[in-house]
Amino acid sequence: MLFEDGNFGLFRDGFLRTVELSAASAVLALLLGTLLAAFRVSPVPVLRSFATVWVGVFRNTPLTLLFFAVTFGLPRVDVHLSAFVGAVLALGCYTASFVCEVVRSGINTVPVGQAEAARSLGMTFGQTLVQIVLPQAGRAVLGPMSSIFIALPRNSAIAGAFNVAELYSVQQTLSERGYAIFVLFFWVALAYLCISAAVGLAFRRLEHRPAVAR
Amino acid sequence: MTETADSGPKALVELTGVNKHFGALHVLQDINLTISQGEVVVVIGPSGSGKSTLCRTINRLETIDAGRITIDGEPLPAEGRELARLRAEVGMVFQSFNLFAHKTVLENVVLAQVKVRRTDRAAAEAKAHALLDRVGVAAQADKFPAQLSGGQQQRVAIARALAMDPKVLLFDEPTSALDPEMITEVLDVMRGLAAEGMTMVVVTHEMGFARSAANRVLFMADGRIVEENTPEAFFTNPRSDRAKDFLSKILRH
Ligand SMILES: Nc1ncnc2c1ncn2[C@@H]1O[C@H](COP(=O)(O)OP(=O)(O)OP(=O)(O)O)[C@@H](O)[C@H]1O
Ligand SMILES: [Mg+2]
Repeated sequence: MLFEDGNFGLFRDGFLRTVELSAASAVLALLLGTLLAAFRVSPVPVLRSFATVWVGVFRNTPLTLLFFAVTFGLPRVDVHLSAFVGAVLALGCYTASFVCEVVRSGINTVPVGQAEAARSLGMTFGQTLVQIVLPQAGRAVLGPMSSIFIALPRNSAIAGAFNVAELYSVQQTLSERGYAIFVLFFWVALAYLCISAAVGLAFRRLEHRPAVAR
Repeated sequence: MTETADSGPKALVELTGVNKHFGALHVLQDINLTISQGEVVVVIGPSGSGKSTLCRTINRLETIDAGRITIDGEPLPAEGRELARLRAEVGMVFQSFNLFAHKTVLENVVLAQVKVRRTDRAAAEAKAHALLDRVGVAAQADKFPAQLSGGQQQRVAIARALAMDPKVLLFDEPTSALDPEMITEVLDVMRGLAAEGMTMVVVTHEMGFARSAANRVLFMADGRIVEENTPEAFFTNPRSDRAKDFLSKILRH
């Protein structure tokens, strides 16, 4: 069935859209999450509170609700985004809150003496974090981080319900055309599995890199 | 000409009316202390008397509640870049070494030169090699800290602090995490620095070091400087009961 009537093209486009959506959200989540973690350990109280509230809000809101907010809430305040950008925003902000907590707990595994030594040499807060603390937090962070980024492509399926023609929405389109639902699910599930496996494998390789293993 | 002769050596570190609390605990009580250029001050006292805290306030790793601290005439800034700049002038050597675990020995000594002082890499490496040679660990330059003995690590930590050309060096019990046979090698490096005129504040219970290298001994108890004197006078003839009691305890061992 996958190879009939140009279905494969549809399927392939959906697959690529899912990969794009996941990759863009992952980049946003990683950058934003690390920044938020830096805020949470910063000496500036306003930044600390900001990050705490952010994590509290985004981690505890169902992802579907965030998609609703982006799709129907933002246009009300005159912010008009394409469905794809909106989905990246919702997924990225949601995932960032998890990344933030993982990075923060990673930071806490680094002995305080490391940061104190850096500060006593005259390094700024940013230099201390980037040069000394984050590289040493990396090892502790990889495991939990891989769980987050394996979950991300699966979470991205929600975007299908909000006008993004990604993998999961292809299943809906095709089942409306009357194809057997089990067969469809099989191919879709297999595609998600491939993505997750690829992400998992990438993290596994990172963990075994000697520079990180130290 | 006459002016400088009269005023004596320049005051490098000045603490005036410094007070600090940890919650209800009054760890530093009305500390007044002036350390002159080239002076070596040893701080001793019972556990919990505030020696580490005193040391750490001088480069603001601990904030103070009241009072004033100046380094070479400049008051310690509150936070941010100004503070970082002044911290670079005050080297610190920790009890647990705190070498950057993910960097090689060489990189430990190079990093802050490049990032803080903006020295170019080649010059920073040359200086690092010279300093590592001076503290006797040149052969370890490419190893990671965990591959070195405690004594070697502490000497690298001293080289790392020296790389910033600090005006004053703070040592918080630099030898108390070391096996006895490694203590001497670290103290020898410190004696060398003292002899070259480095201004140093050293928290230590190494009496031999205090006698041979210090100009002054401060005895702290309960957050106060109870007694200060030359090492000779302090060890042979302590005035306060607290100091007598403390010395009798550590000398017994
Ligand atoms: N971060 C902190 N929070 C709360 N209390 C602290 C903190 N750091 C130190 N203290 C307390 O302050 C007091 C003084 O501590 P400090 O480390 O300055 O003593 P010390 O003279 O260096 O002792 P030691 O010889 O054991 O190193 C101690 O009672 C200690 O428990
Ligand atoms: Mg101490």
